[in-house]
Amino acid sequence: MRRIISILVENEPGALSRIAGLFSARGYNIESLTVAPTEDDSLSRMTIVTHGSEQIIEQITKQLNKLIDVVRLLDLTEGRHIERELLLLKVIATGPDREEIKRLVDIFRGRIIDVDGETYTIELTGPGDKLNAFLDTIPSSGIVEVVRSGVSGIARGERALKI
Amino acid sequence: MELTGAEIVVRSLKDEGVDLVFGYPGGAALHIYDAFYSQEDVRHILVRHEQAATHAADGYARATGKPGVVLVTSGPGVTNTITGIATAYMDSIPMVVLAGQVPTHLIGDDAFQEVDTVGITRPCVKHNFLVRDVKDLATTIKKAFYIANTGRPGPVVVDIPKDVTALRTEYSYPKEIRMRSYAPVSRGHSKQINRAAHLLLAAKRPIIYTGGGIVLSDAARQLTALVDKLDYPCTNTLMGLGGLPSDHPRFLGMLGMHGTYEANMAMYESDVMLAVGVRFDDRVTGDLAKFSPNAKIIHIDIDPASIGKNVRVEVPIVGDATTVLDQLLEAIGSSGTSPNGDALAAWWSQIEEWKGKESLRYDSSDELIKPQFVVQKLHEVTLGDAYVTSDVGQHQMWAAQYYGFNKPRRWINSGGLGTMGFGLPSAMGVQLAHPESSVACVTGEASIMMCIQELSTCKQYGLPIKVVNLNNRYMGMVRQWQEFFYDSRYSHSYMDSLPDFVELASSFGHTGIQIDKPGDVEGALRDAFARKDQLVFLDFITDQSENVYPMISAGAGHNEMVLKPSDSGTKPLERELA
Repeated sequence: MRRIISILVENEPGALSRIAGLFSARGYNIESLTVAPTEDDSLSRMTIVTHGSEQIIEQITKQLNKLIDVVRLLDLTEGRHIERELLLLKVIATGPDREEIKRLVDIFRGRIIDVDGETYTIELTGPGDKLNAFLDTIPSSGIVEVVRSGVSGIARGERALKI
Repeated sequence: MELTGAEIVVRSLKDEGVDLVFGYPGGAALHIYDAFYSQEDVRHILVRHEQAATHAADGYARATGKPGVVLVTSGPGVTNTITGIATAYMDSIPMVVLAGQVPTHLIGDDAFQEVDTVGITRPCVKHNFLVRDVKDLATTIKKAFYIANTGRPGPVVVDIPKDVTALRTEYSYPKEIRMRSYAPVSRGHSKQINRAAHLLLAAKRPIIYTGGGIVLSDAARQLTALVDKLDYPCTNTLMGLGGLPSDHPRFLGMLGMHGTYEANMAMYESDVMLAVGVRFDDRVTGDLAKFSPNAKIIHIDIDPASIGKNVRVEVPIVGDATTVLDQLLEAIGSSGTSPNGDALAAWWSQIEEWKGKESLRYDSSDELIKPQFVVQKLHEVTLGDAYVTSDVGQHQMWAAQYYGFNKPRRWINSGGLGTMGFGLPSAMGVQLAHPESSVACVTGEASIMMCIQELSTCKQYGLPIKVVNLNNRYMGMVRQWQEFFYDSRYSHSYMDSLPDFVELASSFGHTGIQIDKPGDVEGALRDAFARKDQLVFLDFITDQSENVYPMISAGAGHNEMVLKPSDSGTKPLERELA
């Protein structure tokens, strides 16, 4: 079961290593992890994408809540939510591919944000599976560099993670 | 009032009500040690190795319920404390470790005696802090004590750079602390309490299974009241011994790998289990697939993460054991229902049949000293009222099985981490906390060597500990497993070149006695405990071939106990895989 867990943590040095350390010490999976400041200077927000059985996910949320620096936690996947990830992709764009890639970017509603004679640099946001679908259309021999931000997410409607 | 950081450390300890600190000085901690020099409010005990400081503070905490306090220097001072911190962490013991650190401008430079203390201790502490500003020092120390001693207790490390201890600031120690990210609950959810009461009263084959949480929460009175009210059988984990008096008629003894037959069988056959302050550890449950197959489980614990971690729970209750048991007693009292008398009578007669196996019986000898016999005599001589610390191995299991603890906080051992070397230093902490009480360290010749240097600390502070060394010239538990699971290939479990313990004790200024005849055991113990002001090292030369029974092999179920050597026959038990 894939889960997206959002966490508000005290903005203290070492908070990230406590969370990463918890996952490695207990053998939990991390698919992606993002950290960034919030509107409140004293808090950071982390978003973790993980996999596990229901029992493992319950342990993960309990163990995270037990960390002293964790202020609040929300399993976004328990309710309606929006998931977004940013992809920056550098591809070789020469010959007939140059036009074809441009068309694919338009179909996926991405943008070409840098161009030179040999390459395109593409920006695309969306849920992880959309980014995967886009990457599947690009021949792997043409890919120079893939940069993914990891997942960010927010609950729909009135549900919110805040203190 | 303006104070230096070092003075703030000492004043904070005083204002926190700390009477004892166990420590060892060094460069980064010298300002703090200087502040200790000119005051008498907080007593400092100088150990001979930082590991011993943590074990001593741990023993003090277990015996008193107050957090143990440690003061060490940076680098090796800190790394030496890791075993002791991890020991306290695994057994949920409140402890505050204050560590010197290199000055802030040198942090990260690989400076002399620098380690990343916060990083290296992180996996084995409840929480830790690095104090970068002297203005935060007093508040951080307050937070450390608050975190260490509330909720599920545990060790907290405060890393203090040397320059922070030199700077001055206005001192005020917070009376109370509130943290938005940490607010442990103590009261159980009333709906769950009522469900638990209902389930318990409907039980036909109930079992009450309790652990260290009863001791830590000082809930022994509530537990005894509950057992008396319901007349249900009760078993304690290794960490929970003394939670119910061992001579209580409803006590089935310890459960688990070396628990009694009746305790383990009652767990296996139970239909309702009340688990309090336990964490379903693998040494207790055996194979989880075979664990109490028909039991509906009520689990009371202060740590939500302990509930549902290893077994499926019917009624989870998060809260402090004392408070929740009070609530449960009230709910049972007001339910207007009483236990099912007929079913209970049948259950008790089944349990009596299991007791008939006499799983703790051992063959006595006139020639060789049986280690179990020494522990039984220790109980007699101390009237079952001593504080008993232990190291780890066979002697630890025999102490747990045969001493018979009637009060909580009397049995002090490293249950979770299984730390050899714990016994003697923890006994120092216990003896300092209770100077007038009898303190025995039941140990083995392998374990005692791991912190033997502390005999020097015992001399300096006049600690009249009685060391009960069950000397079988083997790492007994290792030898036992090698006998069972490795066709008696005793790879490196033989203790060659042992010291003469009598001479060794005497060279540290203590009394040593060697005993090699069963007939001399009681006399030697009486002699030792009569010497109220002396540490006596009793070196009992015991039967080398004795093994700890009964036993559940790792990976087996509670109903698959081996009671006696003959049970396993010549066919070795399944090779340990876990």
